[in-house]
Amino acid sequence: MTLARRSLLAAAPALAAATLAAPRAARAQAGAGRVVILGGGFGGASAARFARDRFPQLDITLIERSRTFTTCPYGNLVLAGRRDMASITFGYERLAARGVRVVHQAAVAVDAGAKRVRLADGAQVPYDKLIVSPGIDLRWGAIEGYDEAASARMPHGWVPSLQPISVLAAQLRAMRDGGVFVMAIPDNPFRCPPGPYERISMVAEYLKRHKPRSKIIALDAKNGFSKQPLFQDAWAELYPGMVEWRGASNDGRVVRVRPAEMEVETEFGDRVKGDVINVIPPQMAASIAREAGLAAASGWCPIRPTTFESAQVPDVYVLGDATVAAPMPKSGFAASSHAKHAVACIAASLAGRPTPPAVFFNTCYSHVGDDYGISIVGVFRGTPERIVEVEGSGGISPRNEALGARARDFRKLEALYADGWYDAITNEMFG
Amino acid sequence: MRIAAPMLAFGLLAAPPALAQAPDAALLAGSCQGCHGATGEGGHGIPSIKQQQTRAEFVAAMRAFRANERPSTVMGRITRGYTDAEIAALAVHFGKPE
Ligand SMILES: Cc1cc2nc3c(=O)[nH]c(=O)nc-3n(C[C@H](O)[C@H](O)[C@H](O)COP(=O)(O)OP(=O)(O)OC[C@H]3O[C@@H](n4cnc5c(N)ncnc54)[C@H](O)[C@@H]3O)c2cc1C
Repeated sequence: MTLARRSLLAAAPALAAATLAAPRAARAQAGAGRVVILGGGFGGASAARFARDRFPQLDITLIERSRTFTTCPYGNLVLAGRRDMASITFGYERLAARGVRVVHQAAVAVDAGAKRVRLADGAQVPYDKLIVSPGIDLRWGAIEGYDEAASARMPHGWVPSLQPISVLAAQLRAMRDGGVFVMAIPDNPFRCPPGPYERISMVAEYLKRHKPRSKIIALDAKNGFSKQPLFQDAWAELYPGMVEWRGASNDGRVVRVRPAEMEVETEFGDRVKGDVINVIPPQMAASIAREAGLAAASGWCPIRPTTFESAQVPDVYVLGDATVAAPMPKSGFAASSHAKHAVACIAASLAGRPTPPAVFFNTCYSHVGDDYGISIVGVFRGTPERIVEVEGSGGISPRNEALGARARDFRKLEALYADGWYDAITNEMFG
Repeated sequence: MRIAAPMLAFGLLAAPPALAQAPDAALLAGSCQGCHGATGEGGHGIPSIKQQQTRAEFVAAMRAFRANERPSTVMGRITRGYTDAEIAALAVHFGKPE
């Protein structure tokens, strides 16, 4: 194992050098082409790795503004005190060693006519096919008073490149016992549908252990949420009396914040004060996607469900959270599923072959307590009109009453498998 | 054999027209790899699926998950989303070489 690893490491730079030195020779190969990937997160890094492993004839460039990538997944475990920032942060060295040309620059414009991407340093990167997976931007001002300055007092902890989860974690650590942790949760669509509720759970786990007289008030702009019965069962079972969730019909929609008073205001004028306030605002596709003309009026990017090629700009493929891909959730696993399919479609297109059948997959695990995990699964197919979930498949973990005596083991296994998923997917991207 | 017929019917019902095309095993395997690892090696209690079974054993296991005849956490929910042809392609991809 160690030996194999070593020789692989030793061989890698040579391999990388060969790939970089020979783009011209490679292009002579059947189906060769320059694929540029914009954004090195779940969609982009997965695309780069899959393309490099499976299609050696492709020349792969990855444009990512940051030198490291901190995952959103497992950020909630930092709040619980189970993980530190280092354990959820990764570098691009291994991807580069595998022969991906990694360029650490911000992309500032896409010229779809000339088929090239302009970087912050002025360089132009030409492409035959472009993959865009830039994630999301927050809609500052959509909640009155919630702008970037306000997010220092009332952290979002939803886009690690804007604000690491450690900011919210520090506020939680500093909170007094008996304090109130307030959350504002947006309407659909938004990044990671179960994410806010995993966050409630991980904050509750921390409070139960360290500040047991404290409360969590979650104000939600929706009337229901992902894995709701499982989350609510778990809160009642593990954190009785600690979590109050208010949906939209119960005046849960936050419309205004007052950071100076540490207060949020709901649609019908209820003012709620918090010792720590976590505002997850409404979202849209990241700016580069919108500026490149990939987004519709909704702020999200429509795609062709059979290929993930943009419905608006030819030869540009959009992946991940930036897309309109419902009923697939905006998840890291979904982004990596889009990525593999789009890369296969690009390779097929360059080689003049038919596109492969569009089958997509997602599993989202959530940690809700110690040795207590839950999941939602979905298998999807792309038709020319839309993405459809395969009937009779997928769904959420069974509830306690259905599991009976098996419940404890089941939850424990799902918590274990969640860790396995995290290791597998981050290893695939960055290992 | 008892479960083979209904499952085949299910597969046909679930299959949109695009499935007339042969499944792309390496692409389908990408979904499995999201949890079972880049080569199917497993970890954290997630079983290895890398050449652990013959193709026939692999297919039988997936069908048992699909029919809820073999207990699982997620595999029942997952296998009900795939056709027989896709499972057969995955069996060739992950099964012992024959
Ligand atoms: C709290 C929380 C928990 C979550 N848990 C899970 C989970 O358990 N499982 C799961 O599957 N998903 C989870 N998610 C969702 C997951 O994080 C996202 O769905 C995923 O990151 C989307 O991938 P992406 O490629 O679209 O965007 P990202 O992963 O955000 O990647 C975008 C990348 O593009 C780069 N970029 C953007 N613009 C430019 C530019 N102009 N130039 C250069 N680079 C640029 C950014 O720096 C970034 O690295 C969670 C999210 C949150 C908030």
